[in-house]
Amino acid sequence: MLSFTYTITDEMGIHARPAGLLVKKVKELDSKVTIRRGEASAEGTRLMAIMAMGIKCKDEVSIEVEGGDEEASLAAMKAFFEENL
Amino acid sequence: MVEYQGKAAFGGIAIGKIVEMGKKEAVVRRWHIEDPVQEVERFHRAKETAAGQLQELYEKAQREVGAASAAIFEVHQMMLEDLDYIDSVVNIIETQEVNAEYAVSMTGDNFAEIFAAMDDAYMQARSADVKDISARIVRILAGKDTAEKSDEAGILVADDLAPSETVQLDKTKVYAFVTRFGSTNSHTAILARTMNIPALVMTPVPEGTAGKTAIADGFAGKLIVEPDEKTLEFYRARQQEEIEKRRLLAELKGKPTVTKSGRSVKLYANIGGVGDIGAALQNDAEGIGLFRSEFLYLQSDTYPTEEEQQKVYRQVAEMMAGKKVIIRTLDIGADKQIGYFNLDREENPAMGYRAIRICLTREEVFRTQLRALYRASAYGSISVMIPMITSLWEIRKVKEIVAKVQQELAEQGITCGNVELGVMIETPAAVMIADELAQEVDFFSIGTNDLTQYTLAIDRQNEKLNPFFDAHHPAVLRMIEMTVKSAHKAGIWVGICGELGADTELTETFVRMGVDELSVSPALLLPVKEKIIGCE
Repeated sequence: MLSFTYTITDEMGIHARPAGLLVKKVKELDSKVTIRRGEASAEGTRLMAIMAMGIKCKDEVSIEVEGGDEEASLAAMKAFFEENL
Repeated sequence: MVEYQGKAAFGGIAIGKIVEMGKKEAVVRRWHIEDPVQEVERFHRAKETAAGQLQELYEKAQREVGAASAAIFEVHQMMLEDLDYIDSVVNIIETQEVNAEYAVSMTGDNFAEIFAAMDDAYMQARSADVKDISARIVRILAGKDTAEKSDEAGILVADDLAPSETVQLDKTKVYAFVTRFGSTNSHTAILARTMNIPALVMTPVPEGTAGKTAIADGFAGKLIVEPDEKTLEFYRARQQEEIEKRRLLAELKGKPTVTKSGRSVKLYANIGGVGDIGAALQNDAEGIGLFRSEFLYLQSDTYPTEEEQQKVYRQVAEMMAGKKVIIRTLDIGADKQIGYFNLDREENPAMGYRAIRICLTREEVFRTQLRALYRASAYGSISVMIPMITSLWEIRKVKEIVAKVQQELAEQGITCGNVELGVMIETPAAVMIADELAQEVDFFSIGTNDLTQYTLAIDRQNEKLNPFFDAHHPAVLRMIEMTVKSAHKAGIWVGICGELGADTELTETFVRMGVDELSVSPALLLPVKEKIIGCE
């Protein structure tokens, strides 16, 4: 398993649209992706669960990738967060 | 007449009959099914149909209200594909052996509740989205194609409107949206804004008002049911003003201010503080023709420092992004008292110790302001305008001080922009010697309020003098004409920044005189622009 932490810079936090884009992206990968903030976590393919985490601007989240080509998935997630969130 | 106070979601005035949108949340019946596999299959088919409808809605919204607002339907499509949502529906069908309608409705309610309980207004508003997609699937399952629609025109009153319902409505028939629930964050409110329709949310209007005449005030967030004649009259007038404003905005925004014969007149805004810039830009100001710097002094308990002033001037220059900003130096006097200036009471303050007369006798106050202005000039296009000039020596003295300030700044290695220096022509004396003044400065701006009062010897505050006052007095108009001629003869430009500049009855006269610039309050920019464009 590989992971990285990221601090959200989007003023709206992970709101509906980026959450949707995130899910779309995760589905393209061959690794299992988990979004974690403190105790709470959600699978990267589960839109409403991610939205329900209510991740806001300046929140620190960690993103874990497991299985498949982990390095490629990690890079793809990093790029996605930096560009969209 | 009954008033219901809600929350304003989008400004505007609507008057018309109330059209009630029926309660859409029909009770979903629950029944036992024999074949869960087939029922799950039925759910998946309905979900596919729903996805197709949402795609159509997405495209419709994109055409009609723009990509940003249409994005919600993309989100709806994604929610529809959410694994937890689908799992929940399938699970209810399989374990309880119940119909898909019920499973979808239950699931929708559960998810909506999760969002509604979040401590974030944006996420709370998403609960309406979950309900919206669930209601759509239920409708499809029940064999109904579309949501209930009303063909009547009027003020639409409903508990809440789903985004999909909002976008499907015939815009020409909806005068205003009024919802009992909802929030200013809801997509309905956002769509109302892009559709330019007044909207109220959280308005506690009871049921059974359908067909009654009402006024929706999208500014105050009020719904007035069965208004009396006086109220109606008041709102009709306001509505007319609004319509006029919007028409002007739609027709004129972005158009160059050029007369039919191709002469362009600069149309600038008068502002009294940084807060007015938004309104100026919204109404297409090509620059700031008069920035009254007094507020800096009035809102302070002591002389504002160079730093404080510089920051404000710089902000205005930057916000106007290279467009001209004409800043008038301190114009206070016994009529606009400021405690820390310790000005004596005067018998006749209008003709007293004020404006440039203070600046030239208290040079340090003036120098501080000039230093701030010239420093800020590096960040945009700042011009400096001197008020209440009556003699040639005054402007020569001002120029001496300016030259010293510039030299000081240069020695300190501070860069300045190219600053035009102008005088306000607001005394008959200045008009009479305008030819000489024009040799000294880069521009004139005619302050018609004071010029009128000094020319006619009439105090505008004194109501008893109203019969003697004539805003269009030929003496004043000739003063203006003289000033324009003197300016042009010397090759400098001339504008008007007083109230007369916004008097549309005179616009044509000024254009004919050759006035190069008019500076008016932001709200009057477009009416004046329309007038200029109509001039020969």
